[in-house]
Amino acid sequence: MITSQFQYHKASSIEDAIQKLQNEEDAKLLAGGHSLLPMMKLRFAEPPYLIDINDIPELQGIDLQGDTIRIGAMTTENELIASEILQQHCPLLVEAAKLVADPQVRNRGTIGGDIVHGDPGNDHPAVMLALDANFIIQGPDGKREQPANGFFLGTYWNEIAEDEILVAIEVKAQKDNQGFGYHKLKRKTGDYAVAGSPVMLTLDGDKCSDIRIGLTNVAPMAIRATEAENLLKGQEIDSALIEKAAEQVIAACEPAEDLRGSSEYKSHMAAEMVRRSIQDALQRARS
Amino acid sequence: MDNANDANNAPEQDDPIKGVGCARKRKEDARFIQGKGNYVDDIKMPGMLFADMVRSPYAHARIKSINKEKALALPGVHAVLTADDLKPLNLHWMPTLAGDVQAVLADEKVHFQYQEVAVVVADNRYIAADAIELVEVEYEELPVLVDAHKAMDDDAPILREDLVGKMDGAHSKRVHDNHIFNWQAGDKDATDRVFEQAEVTVKQDMYYPRVHPSPLETCGCVASFDKVNEHLTVYITSQAPHVVRTVVSMLSGIPESKVRIVSPDIGGGFGNKVGVYPGYVVSIVASIVLGVPVKWVENRMEHLSTTAFARDYHMTGEIAADSDGRIKALRVNVLADHGAFDACADPSKFPAGLMHICTGSYDVPVAHLNVDGVYTNKAPGGVAYRCSFRVTEAVYVIERTMDVLAQKLGIDKAEIRRRNFIKAEQFPYQTALGWEIDSGDYHTALEKVLEACDYEGLRREQQEKREKGELMGIGLVTFTEIVGAGPTRNCDILGVGMFDSAEIRVHPTGSVIARMGTITQGQGHQTTYAQIIASELGIPSDEISIEEGDTDTAPYGLGTYGSRSTPVGGAATAVAARKIRAKAQKIAAHLLEVSEQDLEWDVDRFKVKGVPGQEKTMKEIAWAAYNDRPEGMEPGLEAVDYYDPPNFTYPFGTYLCVVDIDKYTGVTKVRRFYALDDCGTRINPMIIEGQIHGGLNEGFAVAMGQELPFDEQGNILGNTLMDYFIPTFVETPKWETDYTVTPSPHHPIGAKGVAESPHVGSIPTFTSAIVDAFSHLGTTHLDMPHNAFRLWQHIRELGLDKRTG
Ligand SMILES: Cc1cc2nc3c(=O)[nH]c(=O)nc-3n(C[C@H](O)[C@H](O)[C@H](O)COP(=O)(O)OP(=O)(O)OC[C@H]3O[C@@H](n4cnc5c(N)ncnc54)[C@H](O)[C@@H]3O)c2cc1C
Repeated sequence: MITSQFQYHKASSIEDAIQKLQNEEDAKLLAGGHSLLPMMKLRFAEPPYLIDINDIPELQGIDLQGDTIRIGAMTTENELIASEILQQHCPLLVEAAKLVADPQVRNRGTIGGDIVHGDPGNDHPAVMLALDANFIIQGPDGKREQPANGFFLGTYWNEIAEDEILVAIEVKAQKDNQGFGYHKLKRKTGDYAVAGSPVMLTLDGDKCSDIRIGLTNVAPMAIRATEAENLLKGQEIDSALIEKAAEQVIAACEPAEDLRGSSEYKSHMAAEMVRRSIQDALQRARS
Repeated sequence: MDNANDANNAPEQDDPIKGVGCARKRKEDARFIQGKGNYVDDIKMPGMLFADMVRSPYAHARIKSINKEKALALPGVHAVLTADDLKPLNLHWMPTLAGDVQAVLADEKVHFQYQEVAVVVADNRYIAADAIELVEVEYEELPVLVDAHKAMDDDAPILREDLVGKMDGAHSKRVHDNHIFNWQAGDKDATDRVFEQAEVTVKQDMYYPRVHPSPLETCGCVASFDKVNEHLTVYITSQAPHVVRTVVSMLSGIPESKVRIVSPDIGGGFGNKVGVYPGYVVSIVASIVLGVPVKWVENRMEHLSTTAFARDYHMTGEIAADSDGRIKALRVNVLADHGAFDACADPSKFPAGLMHICTGSYDVPVAHLNVDGVYTNKAPGGVAYRCSFRVTEAVYVIERTMDVLAQKLGIDKAEIRRRNFIKAEQFPYQTALGWEIDSGDYHTALEKVLEACDYEGLRREQQEKREKGELMGIGLVTFTEIVGAGPTRNCDILGVGMFDSAEIRVHPTGSVIARMGTITQGQGHQTTYAQIIASELGIPSDEISIEEGDTDTAPYGLGTYGSRSTPVGGAATAVAARKIRAKAQKIAAHLLEVSEQDLEWDVDRFKVKGVPGQEKTMKEIAWAAYNDRPEGMEPGLEAVDYYDPPNFTYPFGTYLCVVDIDKYTGVTKVRRFYALDDCGTRINPMIIEGQIHGGLNEGFAVAMGQELPFDEQGNILGNTLMDYFIPTFVETPKWETDYTVTPSPHHPIGAKGVAESPHVGSIPTFTSAIVDAFSHLGTTHLDMPHNAFRLWQHIRELGLDKRTG
């Protein structure tokens, strides 16, 4: 439970951090530390150099410009929960953050770290897929934009280079004809999801004009239940259709078996979370 | 007996003495809530070094070589010790408390994953952690045995090569190299005959999984050997410091008078801190060799993986009954998985502990219990957890089997218990397996709970829910415990009888210091012992200091586990106090110039009968004890008592639980949990309440989530708090508590143990409730843990999760 030796540098700016990433071999960024440090204590990870990005102002803050919300990568879970902007314009993110880990972890853990870390059990990646988020990423050659869709490639494997930093996340403010649902099944406080599902649904009259279904911890990385989405899009959603979609969800899952349950159980729980999230989303979009 | 009488719930401000019955706040709390406790890891000594363990990645393997060179070359490393280094001292193996031996450091072979292979001693724990990675151990893997049911197969791998050919086990003949003991109680032939002729028989297999109490503080010690005076001091997380002193002296050859064991504040024990662990032994050896203090404190994974686990009992309960459900005979078979070394800490005559209390609260005419213990490639232990020597398993098997009987006969669970209870007038009651239950009043407790919870109403509601396809379960348990080990005629550990002791000294100004052979780990002894003395001597409990855990000062005692402190240590305390009061009476008579018989005791003073105003308070008497005493009486006012209890005490209770199960996820919601306990005289109702809440929480944890499973290679799974279920207040149900008071007739103040009852009693209550949710579909039993995954599998087997669409 004691890390191997490492050096520590507190970065003063994004540029400083990127420079260190380039110059120091196998250096790692240190955000909230709640994924990285446990791995280091178990000596699963032994980075020789840590670059602390906690004091970089450009990575902080939540603001609303037009219908776009910009969230600094270093925003902690508790800041997400407390944000009035998010409560009003992106309640899915607030509800999701509330179910991450436990109060201690939420005090330090950041949305950026949660997205980039690459653990399929992390909750924000699927939320980002459901929200159709956009990532602002900065590297030695400057800033680039990267949609969440296509970012998550596998376990500990994302569309981001070793010398790049996730600077901010951009999501669209929720509209009146939209509704969200979020259900996460976990064994206890502080546990990762057995399965989780964020859903964003847009209604056009009685018909579902758009739906995005994210799935947590049922594949090597966060995924979307695309087949299920296609089934529901353009339709008037009823329980029979939800059942058909649930079957597609089960087919889309390929979870690893562990003490949380068998692969069969997790797939069925993903479907159950989707059912409940769709119901909630429908209800919210209608009201 | 009468219940809820107010004398048993005296608020603090109404009782100047704050004696027995007063719900006073704990004296301990002031330091704990200010972070001023003093735990083993708080102890820092000049020049202290740190030990860390190299542990086996394999469950069963031969050690081909150990290369320490690289570790020794790391600056700050002082020593790397292996079994070969301990051999010349004959300390590479040590005796267990169960008559077996255990490797201190793996000797040629490892027998379980995470077994201690070498110890590194370094300047600090950071260097030690780096150095253990540099110790190179070459292993040759051996076939692994994890399934206890296969342990005695002809082709099972032999685990304990050191025991091959030694077929006279510590407790019985061994019939296989992996066999530890066979142990039986009761009358087999008579029991079998009843079963052959019975109108009804039921049989239920059940597995009580391997769990671990995982107290907040892990195990550790600081060993400090003073080379000049040849004096060894060990600060240690021990529930039995005096026994540890005896063991250390026997192993090291240092006279017991030169060994000082101190249990400082202990952050929870639950039986996990009864045994002697390799970490303690190697720290002591390292301190003796290096001449400086050595600290060893394990981390959570080491703690969960290697120190005393609990349970791992494969049980079969059988009842023979008549068609009215009246029990005619009980038969219990157990296959006990003890891991790689038999390191249980039971009274030595009882290798399955007090499992033979498994006749429960019922009038069972004849019974037979058969237990076989076997070795597997798992960590040793079996001492824990919040349980008086396997009484948890005993209660589980009888309560589960009673439910199965009720179900088979279509008789309600409450009714089957009513019909079979030992009746109040039958006490003292001799059980078929050899115990004398001193007292009880089971019917009253049951009826009180059924009424409080509107049992009939719950059953009606359940019927309605069932018709709608919803899963609601009602659990009911009426348990009897056996605690307070124990009478020295049948209880000893390593040959030392299981008495306990108290030494009370009244100072001239009338305040008191008292020391006991027990050791508190959260039970609040500093409060409750003081309350006992307060009531006996009329001295306010605030002026009574209680000290335990330092073997240089405290009288010898067997320690705190198995709910023995109040039944044994508390009894010693009351008796010692009474010796003081008897002397005080003589002094009072002398001061008042009357005869002893003319005096009567009134709260805190002796009064001359019928002469108002003629009286001496305890404070006055204490002063006189040091200057104005009767001719020929020795000065001072103190007493010691070593108390050998005439019998165990038998706390009991009725617990009721209501659950709702989500049939689409398997998630259980505990809607209601009602716990009625009878622990006899209630010393401090607030502490009792706290202990019951704690025990219920741990019972909930065991029933609903805790387990330490192993894969086929013997890798332990779930040994971190990510997986191991420690419920927070988010998960924990709301507890409702209640009580009746049936004093123990043989205990000086009528008290019994209480802190383990809620654990022992609640676990089968949860199972009873869960099974009850499915019982209309033919389910008779489901093994723990009742987590959502396991329940969902059952729901799916029954086809209950189908959606109509
Ligand atoms: C007990 C416990 C329970 C948990 N339960 C959950 C849960 O239920 N759901 C959940 O989602 N998470 C859970 N977590 C993880 C937690 O939310 C972490 O905080 C989160 O995964 C990582 O965020 P962090 O800020 O702590 O990142 P760190 O641990 O500091 O970093 C994680 C990784 O991301 C990299 N990184 C961090 N920030 C950036 C950035 N801006 N740009 C590029 N790379 C970056 C780091 O270099 C590192 O490799 C749990 C953690 C614990 C300890």
